[in-house]
Amino acid sequence: MKLSREEVKHIAFLARLGLTEAEVGKFRLQLSNILENFEMLQQVDTSDVLPTAQSIALQNVLREDEITAESLPQGEILANAPQQDDNYFKVKAVLE
Amino acid sequence: MNELCQLSLKRAHQLLKQRKISSVELTKAILMRIAEVEPELQACVTVDEDMALKQAEVADKHISAGKIQPLTGIPTLIKDVICTKGMRTTCSSKMLENFIPPYDATVMKKLKAQSVVIVGKTNMDEFAMGSSTENSAFFPTHNPWDLNRVPGGSSGGSAVAVASNETIFALGSDTGGSIRQPAGFCNVVGLKPTYGRVSRFGLVAFASSLDQIGPITKEVTDCALVMNAIAGHDPKDSTSVPYHAPDYTQSLVPEVKNLRIGIPQEYFVEGMQSEVRTIVEVAIKKLEELGATIDWKVSLPHTKYALASYYLIAPSEASANLARYDGVKYGFSYADADNMWEALEKTKQFGFGDEVKRRIMLGTYALSAGYYDAYYLKAQKVRTLIRREFDQAFEKCDALVSPTSPTVPFRLGEKLEDPLQMYLSDVCTLPINIAGIPAVSIPAGFSNGLPVGMQIMAKPFNEEILLQIAFAYEQATDWHERKPPI
Repeated sequence: MKLSREEVKHIAFLARLGLTEAEVGKFRLQLSNILENFEMLQQVDTSDVLPTAQSIALQNVLREDEITAESLPQGEILANAPQQDDNYFKVKAVLE
Repeated sequence: MNELCQLSLKRAHQLLKQRKISSVELTKAILMRIAEVEPELQACVTVDEDMALKQAEVADKHISAGKIQPLTGIPTLIKDVICTKGMRTTCSSKMLENFIPPYDATVMKKLKAQSVVIVGKTNMDEFAMGSSTENSAFFPTHNPWDLNRVPGGSSGGSAVAVASNETIFALGSDTGGSIRQPAGFCNVVGLKPTYGRVSRFGLVAFASSLDQIGPITKEVTDCALVMNAIAGHDPKDSTSVPYHAPDYTQSLVPEVKNLRIGIPQEYFVEGMQSEVRTIVEVAIKKLEELGATIDWKVSLPHTKYALASYYLIAPSEASANLARYDGVKYGFSYADADNMWEALEKTKQFGFGDEVKRRIMLGTYALSAGYYDAYYLKAQKVRTLIRREFDQAFEKCDALVSPTSPTVPFRLGEKLEDPLQMYLSDVCTLPINIAGIPAVSIPAGFSNGLPVGMQIMAKPFNEEILLQIAFAYEQATDWHERKPPI
C-alpha cells in the first residue's frame, strides 16, 4: 500500500492536522512502510469471527440519572482556557 | 546517597510504623537523591519540594495519631499522564505543557486517602506513544544502567526513578507494554493489571480499550501493596469491573509447586537477542527447579499478527481520543490564525510531536471510508482470535512466561527514525493488552551489565498467580537486589 502525497494530505485534512510539505513527504514514506507491513493481516481467515471492541464482558453499564454534588466551579473549569471572555470560552467565529 | 531512599515500600512502612523514621526524613532523603541524579537521568517533569514536605508533615501527624496505612507517608512519583489536582499534568507534550487538572484521577484519590507523599511527575513518551521515552517533547530520560541507552517507554521516567532510588514506588500506565518494557529495561517490577481492574478515570486517554494504570516497584511485595491501594471498582469508569479486589499480599507465598507454566514458542521471536533468550530460559529452568511444571511447547499461532492488529487498533482509538485537543478548553492554542479551521489545524501541528501525528494519521486512515473494513474491523477480528488463543492456553496452564522485550535496552537515537523498528520493541508485551489479560515484568538477569526482564501472564483477574510466581522467583534469586551504578 503506497500512499500518494494527495492521500496523505487528505488523511491530515480528515484529522484537521496541519502538516508542512516536508512532513507530508516523511509521513508518506513511513506510513506506506507501516501499512505495507500490516497487509499481512489479510492472510488471516476471519470469515466466522466477530470483532472485539473491548476485552471485558460488561455491557450497558447504567446508573441513575441524578445530579451529583461533584460539579466543578466555573472558575476552575475556565482556569485552563487559552482564551476566555466574561466567563465564557472564547473561540474564533464558526459562521462567517 | 542517604540510605533511606534505598528502602523498599514494605521496609519504609515498617520503619514509619515503628517511628524509627519520619515521613519528613524519608521525603527529604528522596528530594536530595532527586537533586543528585536528575541532571543525568532526567526522569522527572515536575518535582514540587514544598508540596511534598507539607504532605509528609501531614502524614507524620496521622502516624503520630496511630493512623497509619501501608502507603501513609511514602514518597511517590506519578507518570505525567495521570491527572493530579493542582499539579501540572503534561503527558510530556507541548499540548499540555501548562495544564493543571481541576480534579484528581481515581487512583490519586485512593493514594491521597492513605496520605501518600506525591513528590512529582515523571517523564514519558508524549501521550504514552513510544517505547523509549525519547518522544517526550521536553527531554529524553536516560537508563541508569548505561546513560547512553534508553530506559524503555512509555513509562520510562517512572521506571528509572524506581531503579535509581528517586522514589519508593511509582505509578505508570500500560497500553502496549508501557509499564512492563521499561520495568524490564531498568531491573524493576512492573505490573499491568487486567483491563478493568484499576480505574482509568483521570488517566489521560490514549487507547481506551487497552489503557491500564499499574505499579512500578523495587520488589514484588511492594507491587502487591500498591495494587491493594489502587485496584477496585469505580463508578466513574464504566469499564472498571464491579468485582471484589482481593488482598494481594495474600498471594506472596513462595510456592510454585503444582503450578503449570506454559512457554509460548512464538514469543521467542525472530530477531530476539540470543543472550535475552538464554537468560529467560535459565529463569524458566529456575521456576522448574522450584517445583513448577513447565510446558515448553505451548503455541499461540496468531501472535505474529498481534503487532499489526495493535498498531491499527491503538492509533484508531488515539485518533478519536486526541481530537479533543482543539485549543479551546485547555492546552496549547495557536493564537495567530485567521479562522477557526486554521486555528484547529495549527494547534495540532505545533502542539503535537512526530509520533503522535503519525498515530493520528494511521488511525484516521484505518477508520476512514473505504479502509475501515480492511484495516480497523480486520484488526478487531484478529483481536478476537488472539484473545481466544490465550483463553485456550489458560485452560491448560496457570500462567505463561516469556521475555518482556526481545532485546536489552537500545541506544538513544537508535530507532528514532524507523517507527516500525521501534514498534517491534513491544512485540512481546502488546498481545497482552489486546487480550486484556494481566502481566508482570520482573528482573531475570543481565546481559553485559544490562537488565533483562521476564514477563509472566495469567488469565483475566488472576493477578494473584502472577504475584505468587514472581514472589517465588524473587525469593530464589537476587537480580532485584542489583542496583545501577549511578
